[in-house]
Amino acid sequence: MSQNININVNYLTRVEGHGNIVVEVKDGKLEICRLEIVESPRFFEAFLRGRSIYEAPHITSRICGICACGHTLASIQAAEDALGIKPSEQTTLLRKLLLHYEHLDSHLLHIYLLVAPDLVGVPSFVPLIKTHPDVVRRALKMKRLCNELCDILVGRHVHPISTVVGGFTKLPRVNDLEEMHKRLLELQKDMEATVELFSKLTFPDFERDTEYVALVNDGDEYPLLYGDIGSTDGYRVSKYEYKNVTNEFIVPYATAKRTRWHRDSYAVGALARFNLNHEKLHPKAKQAANVLNLKPKCINPYFNTVAQIVECVHCVEDAIRIVETVWQNGINYDEIVVPDINELGKLPQRAGEGVGAVEVPRGLLIHHYECDERGIFRNANCVIPTNQNTHNIELDMLKLVPEIINKSQKEITLALEMLVRAYDPCISCSVHMVEVNFK
Amino acid sequence: MSKPKVAFFDFACCEGCQLQVANIGEPLLDVLDIVQVVEFREVMSEKWDGEFDVAFVEGSITDEHAVQRVKRIRERSKILVALGSCATIGGVNGMKNSFQLEEVGKYVYGESYKFFPTIHTKAVHQVVKVDYFINGCPIYQPEFLTVLKCILQGIPYYVPEYPVCVECKLNENVCMYDRGLTCMGPVTKAGCNSWCINNGNICYGCRGLTINPNTEGFKEVLKKYNIPEDFLMKKIEMYNKCKELDKS
Ligand code: SF4
Ligand code: SF4
Ligand code: SF4
Repeated sequence: MSQNININVNYLTRVEGHGNIVVEVKDGKLEICRLEIVESPRFFEAFLRGRSIYEAPHITSRICGICACGHTLASIQAAEDALGIKPSEQTTLLRKLLLHYEHLDSHLLHIYLLVAPDLVGVPSFVPLIKTHPDVVRRALKMKRLCNELCDILVGRHVHPISTVVGGFTKLPRVNDLEEMHKRLLELQKDMEATVELFSKLTFPDFERDTEYVALVNDGDEYPLLYGDIGSTDGYRVSKYEYKNVTNEFIVPYATAKRTRWHRDSYAVGALARFNLNHEKLHPKAKQAANVLNLKPKCINPYFNTVAQIVECVHCVEDAIRIVETVWQNGINYDEIVVPDINELGKLPQRAGEGVGAVEVPRGLLIHHYECDERGIFRNANCVIPTNQNTHNIELDMLKLVPEIINKSQKEITLALEMLVRAYDPCISCSVHMVEVNFK
Repeated sequence: MSKPKVAFFDFACCEGCQLQVANIGEPLLDVLDIVQVVEFREVMSEKWDGEFDVAFVEGSITDEHAVQRVKRIRERSKILVALGSCATIGGVNGMKNSFQLEEVGKYVYGESYKFFPTIHTKAVHQVVKVDYFINGCPIYQPEFLTVLKCILQGIPYYVPEYPVCVECKLNENVCMYDRGLTCMGPVTKAGCNSWCINNGNICYGCRGLTINPNTEGFKEVLKKYNIPEDFLMKKIEMYNKCKELDKS
């Protein structure tokens, strides 16, 4: 069929930050197909210079409000690596707990408020208040529970307060653990209902094989906070070699740097983690994957949302395990630390370089810092999940558009929007790494 | 009477303040009963081309395009609210103003920096008139709801004139200075219920300086605890760098 299509989604809604989709089809032939990123840059790397590396988590968490805890944890890891600080066992456990809360909070927002309206065919969750009141109530209740969990552990979810370089400024009391436990059990029930609900909804049918990249390790824990960088094509390198993985490159028409490893593009995120580490998921999460018909290696990008649901089940179960472990071990309150002027005394200062590699909700996040002998920033670099996914999304679009070219422009637009949204892109943070080379 | 039409817009920021609104959870359903949210890009696809009764503007103004956009939003809005530190005082984005713009551009973008024209980071009121200010990085949800009530009743909201210390003492925290640490509480606007100090951290001054910061008193505190003034100046810059543009 020969037709002309002009899609210009200016700008994408229900994603974080400003991005556009541009597609041009002339006489049935796909001529242009782009995902453009149009945020104003904020220059984080530049203004970190001259500040104390101990302030890094506070400042870099402001890169993104949705995965603020993820940025904080990647930042802390990079700073501690540079300063030679080894976190205690208790600290590590609580950080893992925080990362679970982060995944839950972010995934649930995406699953229920950003994606579910597409599956039901409405423009946002607002019309759902009338048609599906129970679902909206459950979604908001679950979001609230996640927020309360973060409040108890670190003061708040958007820009956590008590998690800092060196440990925590405040540690949970026994009644806090009790409270978290109670709420996690509630989430457990709601997750069952969530799996049940989504097992009845249909996701678009589309496949494109690609390289999936995520943290991997030799232990039996689903790796989120630590690991090497692995790929479904069978490669594995240490986090210090991240630049060999990301191989950032520039396309002349887009403002965000892109990445590729062994193929033309690669994907990070929940689906990548599932494809690489599915056998380490909690048995209940494996069961949920079965019910939701998610099998490795899944190459349908729309199933990223399904992988997020499966991860939520895992995070709830593992969070319960951590809370129970901490409870049994008892908390050592002597470990409380506040980085401030005491960096001059109690906390170390030295020249160094460090890398933090953490699985945040949208995929692999890397912070790379360098500081001088007084712990003052010399250089910073961050590689954000969305930057790694952009080229993969665009190659998906290139394959998808010809397959659905006979549909109406409206349908094609929606399919593309849903595709981009499935990746849960976080555009506001992807741009500060922008570099352009216009011809 | 039709429900007031409310919209949310974001400029250079992390969108965390909008998220704080979305995160209010179930009580949000009560709010949705009395207002009509017509635009909220982060969570809705709906758009509106008429006038807004209340526009919440998040983020700071960092390029010419943003200047034009915020002016248009102002023209279309009866009431404009600056949401969060980025919007009310420039936020962390203001730290950029300590450097030469060209140098900052080159550091991040190399020679391509010219394709990213940037201006000194500005708070929203430094570009257009703002009717209500909701401070904080991120905003404190109880305060957001209080301000919203004031807006809907057409009465002003007064940001407390006292510093965070007042709330901190009511919360019976041990003062950070007594613990051998520093804190921005003495010169920072209250209203967050001393959020950070309650959680064991220091105040970073995210709500901006009090209207009449007691600098002399603050200097005395610094002297008493033997803390160099520049150390604190650097901390003040984290959120308050844009304030200098108010004077010009
Ligand atoms: S004020 Fe803070 S939380 Fe709000 S948008 Fe700005 S950086 Fe994000
Ligand atoms: S200086 Fe800080 S810790 Fe001390 S009373 Fe004021 S706000 Fe509280
Ligand atoms: S304590 Fe200080 S830094 Fe924390 S929220 Fe309040 S004003 Fe902001």
